[in-house]
Amino acid sequence: MNDQAPMRDDTLPVQDDRPIKLLCKDVWKVFGDGAKQFMAKHNGTPTAEEMSNAKMVGAVRHASLEVRRGENFIVMGLSGSGKSTLVRCLSRLIEPTWGTIEFDGIDLLKASPEALIEIRRHRMGMVFQHFALLPHLTVLENIAFPLSVQGVERKAREARARKVIELVGLGGREQFYPRELSGGQQQRVGIARSLAVEPEIWFLDEPFSALDPLIRREMQSELLRLQSVLKKTIVFITHDFDEAIRLADRVAIMKDGQIIQIGTPEELVLHPATDYVAEFTRDVQRAKVMSAARLMRPQLSSAEYGGTVKATDKISSFAAHIVGVRKNFLVTTAEGKPVGEVAPDDVIDLLADRDQLREARA
Amino acid sequence: MSVADTAMPSRAPSISAPTMIWAAAIAIVAILYLVPSVAPWAVKYPMSAVIPVADWISVLMAWLKTNFTWLTRGITDIFNVPLQWAINILAKGWKFGYGPDAVVFPRLSWIGVCAAFAIAGYAFGGWRLASVAAACMIYIALFGQWESAMLTLALIAISVPLCIVIGAALGVLAFRKPWIDRVIIEPMLDLMQTMPTFAYLIPMLLLFGNSPVSGMLATAVFAMPPMVRATILALKRVPHEIDDFGEMVGCTPRQKLLRVLLPSGRATMMIGVNQVIMLALNMVIISSMIGAGGLGYDVLLALRALKIGQGMEAGLAIVALAIVLDRLSQAAVRPRPALHTLDLNFVQRNPMLTLAVGLLIVTTALSLFVPAFAAVPAAIKVSTAPWWKAAVDWINIHFFDAIEAFRTFLLLYILNPIRDFLVAFPWLGMVLLVGLAAYRLSGVRLAILVVLMTSFCAVTGLWEKSMATLYLCGVSAIIAAFFGIALGIAASRNDRFAAFLTPVLDTLQTLPSFCFIIPVVMLFRVGDVTAMIATILFAIVPAIRYTNHGIRQIPENLIEAATVSGCTPRQMFWRVQLPLALPEIMLGINQTVLLALSMIIICAMIGTRDLGQEVFIALAKADAGRGLTAGFAIAFIGIVSDRLLRASTDRLQSRLGLV
Repeated sequence: MNDQAPMRDDTLPVQDDRPIKLLCKDVWKVFGDGAKQFMAKHNGTPTAEEMSNAKMVGAVRHASLEVRRGENFIVMGLSGSGKSTLVRCLSRLIEPTWGTIEFDGIDLLKASPEALIEIRRHRMGMVFQHFALLPHLTVLENIAFPLSVQGVERKAREARARKVIELVGLGGREQFYPRELSGGQQQRVGIARSLAVEPEIWFLDEPFSALDPLIRREMQSELLRLQSVLKKTIVFITHDFDEAIRLADRVAIMKDGQIIQIGTPEELVLHPATDYVAEFTRDVQRAKVMSAARLMRPQLSSAEYGGTVKATDKISSFAAHIVGVRKNFLVTTAEGKPVGEVAPDDVIDLLADRDQLREARA
Repeated sequence: MSVADTAMPSRAPSISAPTMIWAAAIAIVAILYLVPSVAPWAVKYPMSAVIPVADWISVLMAWLKTNFTWLTRGITDIFNVPLQWAINILAKGWKFGYGPDAVVFPRLSWIGVCAAFAIAGYAFGGWRLASVAAACMIYIALFGQWESAMLTLALIAISVPLCIVIGAALGVLAFRKPWIDRVIIEPMLDLMQTMPTFAYLIPMLLLFGNSPVSGMLATAVFAMPPMVRATILALKRVPHEIDDFGEMVGCTPRQKLLRVLLPSGRATMMIGVNQVIMLALNMVIISSMIGAGGLGYDVLLALRALKIGQGMEAGLAIVALAIVLDRLSQAAVRPRPALHTLDLNFVQRNPMLTLAVGLLIVTTALSLFVPAFAAVPAAIKVSTAPWWKAAVDWINIHFFDAIEAFRTFLLLYILNPIRDFLVAFPWLGMVLLVGLAAYRLSGVRLAILVVLMTSFCAVTGLWEKSMATLYLCGVSAIIAAFFGIALGIAASRNDRFAAFLTPVLDTLQTLPSFCFIIPVVMLFRVGDVTAMIATILFAIVPAIRYTNHGIRQIPENLIEAATVSGCTPRQMFWRVQLPLALPEIMLGINQTVLLALSMIIICAMIGTRDLGQEVFIALAKADAGRGLTAGFAIAFIGIVSDRLLRASTDRLQSRLGLV
């Protein structure tokens, strides 16, 4: 498998002119005696062999990514792939050994402890896998806690906490203790707490991994709903590929401390960079990740269309409809400008995986 | 210990080299023992070579005393203020002015205090706990121990918070600076926990005089180790994510500690608080020897005068107080159902607290006018002393010969021969054997430690007394372990027996060591046999507990696998259950030995002739050097036995793949 420098999303460049919120360049987290000097000696680019000779362990190697404002950025990897370490480097809970991390143009690694405390208090929020609720505080006090640390006075912080409690649908539970809540409810508290300070960037570290599958789906929908209202910049960690493609604008796939591909779910499914990625995407229903634009023929032939879809709509969202009507659908841009059409037979081929057969024959 | 040592070679793997070394060592020791004239200095440590550690310590203490009087006086004065307050509130009342014009503000009414304890019991644990608390307090009141018990309670009420604050601070320090923990705090805690209780009293007596304050300080120092340990453990156990959370919301280091880490570890810290309270009670009783007063003083007086009845009454009052404090402090930790309602005022939030405070105020105010509220009326007081005396007299009249025969038999055929053997044992031989065992079990570092500590007992001229301690402690611990393991096995096989045993063990464990002496003295008078029996009773609990737990915690699938392989019940026990439970049982034995050691020392009060007596005499003479040197010797015996047992447990565990 490809062990070298990561594939970037140069296969299909996506137009994205939103400003970069979080930039991470050549970040390494290396464990071992004198890791920093070791990295300096090799100019920040040691080979795997040099590392094993020096008895260094790279938890994160050569990670570069950028997250744009309002983006759902997902870091996906199996356990031990370094995803948790990476996100802790991004929030500087762990000190990276090498590289740069810029948050809104501020060099996070050069920030003084005081500056870092300020940034975290007002601009960052984090949700944890096992909720990390304080056992001695009620739901209300837990959610108001970040504000209380900042010294916001009681009335104001409780008013704000009540607002987020309503937002996550926990109204009426303000005076409960965490131990009296179910896992899903506890994570709602964790989400509400991280939102209480109105963060600009929102780190979610496997927030739904400790929940039952049904609750997990419900919480994913809940997250999408919240995000459609709040439009935060999200960095979301998961080991679940289905969760990744359900929530992501873009996904970074990690293995052995390296990012091996970054791309939209569609790009990952259609153009997996390595066999490892293909292994994950193989069983994905492509209708769920592919947009109408991908199946569209750039022509306007029919006189009469069975319906209209946007280029960004997922095929699964209109597949049943188009197959039922058995007429071509018009594809338009977000502004409503017609750009092409989708034929029902193409959709059927896609659903039946016949297009892949055809490609294979050709 | 020597029994365990000589049994070592059979447990070591049968490689020829170690066996040879053991054989050689035992041969050397045997020659020294049988033919002492070969090297008399190696058998009996020469008086001329005794290092005068005791004198050095005395000089140091004298220097401290003369040069730091301002400091010790200051400390005494400062702590005396809250202590006098507590004593006045609970036991004595305030008196303003002199003579007939004096205005007296009464102490809290006994009726109010009983009610407050019952209400606390109800709030923490429902009607059951309320009735236990009320019954114990009413016992104390009716049996005429009220004032002493309140004095004891006042000392605890001041020393426990002191202990908790300082202990938690030390725990935080150890958590933040691991090297301080390793180099200073950990060894200090080890020493503090193996140092006999009496040894704490001597420096306190010298520095702070014969007063309640020095009793209180001795108590605070003695009861501190569990708080430090619980705090370190609590902080280490806080989930990593909670720590990260504290960082991510931008806590300053101080906010993170005080508002995130410590509250999250609350449950573990409360276990420490419970232990602190129980240890404090134990120590307050013993501090009565340096003027702390209270229930301990009553027991002490009664014991000295051999007034069994009075001693028993005061002893039972200690038991009652111990049970109340233990159950309440344990129940206070358990989470209670939350109210789930908002916007209540203080009274609505804390109805029980309000009720208790209200009752205390009303009854105390009433006691100004109604004498029955101020003091327990003589009409309802009961004294059991005559009954106890009658019971003992009856037993002595009817069973004197049997008991005396049993006692004499034990002394003549078991205790004295072992004692003689150990006292005559060559000191260098013992050092050699202990060091070799440590080397084989763990390595050079442990060997050096135990050799130095064992040698300390010899070079300070305390060898014979150390051996006397070892003999009494060893015999008691072995008997306690034997019966403890047997009872533990029985408990592990029979749920009903286990259910019966649990409350008994709980109670035994809560009782201050003093309480074990009284009933045994009643039957066996003073001496080694009494000390041994009291020690066995005191030290047996961990052996039972750990054995039961060790057998019960064996994974079900292993038992099933053995059953499927066709094990008979006997094979199951000897070849599956016992070997797998052995590491856990060893932990229990280790604790039994340490408890036995601490009890043996207290038994100096009833006439044993060992290191405990040395400390006891030093206490009477206020001789710091003598007392502390003997104290260190006792602590070192404890540490050596603890390290050796722990090392053999580790080896067992690694052999079973449990660690």
